[in-house]
Amino acid sequence: MTDVPAKAATPSASSGSVLLTLMKLRTFIALIAVLIFFSIAAPNFLSTANLILMSKHVALNAFLAMGMTFVIITGGIDLSVGSIVGLCGMVAGYLVLNGIDLQIGYTIYFNVFEIALITLAVGILIGAVNGLLITRLNVAPFIATLGVLYVARGLALLSSDGRTFPNLVGKPELGTTGFGFLGAGRLLGLPVAIWILIVVALGAAYLAKYTPLGRHIFAVGGNERASRISGVRVNMVKMFVYMFSGFCAAIVGLIISSELMASHPATGESFELNAIAAAVLGGTSMSGGRGTIGGTIVGAFVIGILSDGLVMMGVSSFWQMVIKGLVIIVAVVVDQAQRRLQSRVTLMQMAKAG
Amino acid sequence: MSAAAEREIILKLEDISKVYSGTVAVKRANFEVRKGAVNVLVGENGAGKSTLMKIIAGVERPTAGRILLEGEEVSFSSSADAVNRGIGMVFQELNLFGNMSVAENIFATREITNRFGKIDRKEQENRAAEFLERLQAGIRPDMLVEDLRIGQQQLVEIAKAVSLDARILIMDEPTSALSAAEVEILFKVIADLKARGVAIVYISHRLEELIRIGDYITVLRDGRITGQEEMKNVDTQWIVRQMIGSDAKDFAKADGHLPGEEIFRAEEICLPRATGGLAVDHVSLSLRAGEILGIYGLMGAGRSELFDCIMGRHGHSTGAIFIGGIKVTERDTTRRIRRGLALIPEDRQREGLVSILSVASNLTLASLSRFARLFHIRGADERQAVTRMVRELAIKVADPAQEVSSLSGGNQQKVVIGKALLTEPKVLLMDEPSRGIDVGAKADVFRTMRKLSRDGLGILFATSDLDEVMALSDRIAVMSNGKLTGMFDRAEATEAILVAASALGHGPAPHGEHRP
Repeated sequence: MTDVPAKAATPSASSGSVLLTLMKLRTFIALIAVLIFFSIAAPNFLSTANLILMSKHVALNAFLAMGMTFVIITGGIDLSVGSIVGLCGMVAGYLVLNGIDLQIGYTIYFNVFEIALITLAVGILIGAVNGLLITRLNVAPFIATLGVLYVARGLALLSSDGRTFPNLVGKPELGTTGFGFLGAGRLLGLPVAIWILIVVALGAAYLAKYTPLGRHIFAVGGNERASRISGVRVNMVKMFVYMFSGFCAAIVGLIISSELMASHPATGESFELNAIAAAVLGGTSMSGGRGTIGGTIVGAFVIGILSDGLVMMGVSSFWQMVIKGLVIIVAVVVDQAQRRLQSRVTLMQMAKAG
Repeated sequence: MSAAAEREIILKLEDISKVYSGTVAVKRANFEVRKGAVNVLVGENGAGKSTLMKIIAGVERPTAGRILLEGEEVSFSSSADAVNRGIGMVFQELNLFGNMSVAENIFATREITNRFGKIDRKEQENRAAEFLERLQAGIRPDMLVEDLRIGQQQLVEIAKAVSLDARILIMDEPTSALSAAEVEILFKVIADLKARGVAIVYISHRLEELIRIGDYITVLRDGRITGQEEMKNVDTQWIVRQMIGSDAKDFAKADGHLPGEEIFRAEEICLPRATGGLAVDHVSLSLRAGEILGIYGLMGAGRSELFDCIMGRHGHSTGAIFIGGIKVTERDTTRRIRRGLALIPEDRQREGLVSILSVASNLTLASLSRFARLFHIRGADERQAVTRMVRELAIKVADPAQEVSSLSGGNQQKVVIGKALLTEPKVLLMDEPSRGIDVGAKADVFRTMRKLSRDGLGILFATSDLDEVMALSDRIAVMSNGKLTGMFDRAEATEAILVAASALGHGPAPHGEHRP
């Protein structure tokens, strides 16, 4: 799952290359393994209803993990996504219920489409704050986004005094109805959330592979100094990845509020950890420069299916945490083993070539 | 210190070889180190001196061969091993912890502790003060290393090595950042150590320095030992002959094309140093299309810093640059590259390449926008450009999708050059373009430089290699201590003139002026 464009293990039938290929496909193999395991161990696991339900769960984490992947590839980290989810949910809920009071006895109400746009803008804006702290003020990404984590969560709680915005059905006379479409609506039999995931994932994968910006994201993570000298606008690239991460988090905030038809200020707590886990499981290297959107999505599916499947089997949630932790550790251990094997194979090839 | 006749051999290397992935750094070297003497090791950049010393100091393990310490075969598994056997080393690149005090650095890994295992700071600082006293550097043991000048840091490194009470002390370019006065003090310390029977291995580029303090000299060329003599039997010419060899280097010949109009001009470039003074001191120069202007200077002369200023890497530099007579107002690297400047940095690993990306991605990194329509990279165009560069620069790579780190040094350098060329520059800045690459690749790089100049590019290249600058340049600029100290046509330049100009303002000459 490294991004080195198809550094295909040469077809020499040495056992090293076969093992290497297996290791590269490890996340995919893990996905198939959990699918097979649960379809045997958990009744109804393979039913369409269950699969759709699970993919909705997975989608939420997958959005965050995609944003996180780009951030991690540049060598950073974004701890604030969970709070952005919460805050954006509150923004959407507030706008549906209250609109914006202009203080002159007149209140603007927005339709659902406008609300979604405003909410996304808020997510991007918070991402931009992260980016500015990191690029302009030279705050370490861990610290900057940790600070924003608290600030955004605090703002979410302040917006309602800690209460939930309930019953977001809206009023037909104000044109604010239809908020439930994002979370509960369906197109061609699939939930809208899944369609959005497909669109965003394809877009992100395209960006990573076929655009200068995508290439620059990898270059910055691989060697920031060399990128700068090559004329890559490093600060702009970093701004983008944090803004994209904020954008993804805003989508999640919208979907959750829409699903529940309510906004709760504590929504999204510790989501950032799941997102990091999915990215790492999908082969993203915490030291930057390596990772793929496809790998991250598969990673999110492994984590999601694992937890839903274990619930269906009736495994206690305490054990679920233990298992999830072990899976992540094993993934990284295999990743390291793969790197070592890879460099050994490369050296051997070089020695053979003379 | 007369009677240098037959001093006892304390350390002997027999048929030592060291192979790195892709390159052979040392080939079957035999080297003897004598007690109570300064054993000088000399060679050009990349000749294998540092590798050989790292083998003695236990940092690297030889691929083949034997090390005999006082007649007994030894093998060091780590530098701590070598230290235990009485071998200390002053490294060329500073191995200090900037966040710790001078005393803590000197006693790192051998901390003085009391009965309860608590570090005895007082004692450490007192002992450190003794060593520092001998170096007369005015460094207090409780100062933080990162607050010291580079020269002072080098002295701390030396104090650290001396404090080991080593029987064999290796000094790799210990004077590269020292002022004339500091060099004198170091030489006194060396004389003192010699009198106490310590064997000193001394590496330096500065021939006059070597001749002054050396007792025995060994010359390395391309990983092989080409000469071993007592210093009193040799002169500068002998050393240079052994270093360069009879087989003159393959410098591509000038083709006699005449340079065109002025394509680049720098005016009054200044760059303040963090520690005060100027790293680049009012440098002005002009370059014509199709001209190769060599910038010669010792380490720390300000060549790389000048290039950094030209590329817009330092926001606080001052001065003006002109391309084709038009002033460049853009201050950031990205837009300066677009205006037609390109830099091949000195440090390939840290500044030239993204080592985990493929050869192809590295080649097109600086010029991606040329292959993109709106935001889409046109794969066919990109591949075509990559193939063209691989062919033109003779980059030896089976598949451009291979990771760039799997290439040899010379081929990696060609990738860096290819990356710069794909931006279609008008002016190419090359900082030590032949550093650390093998002979064949060097010849390729030089040939490429000739070809580019024929095509009308202006090339500014910085080097500390005299032969290179003499053989390749149409004109030669000399820098010393941040200033431009000379500008010569190739016809009038001689090695002596260049060396003299490069020593103005610093260097080890006993009566030279003191560095600010």
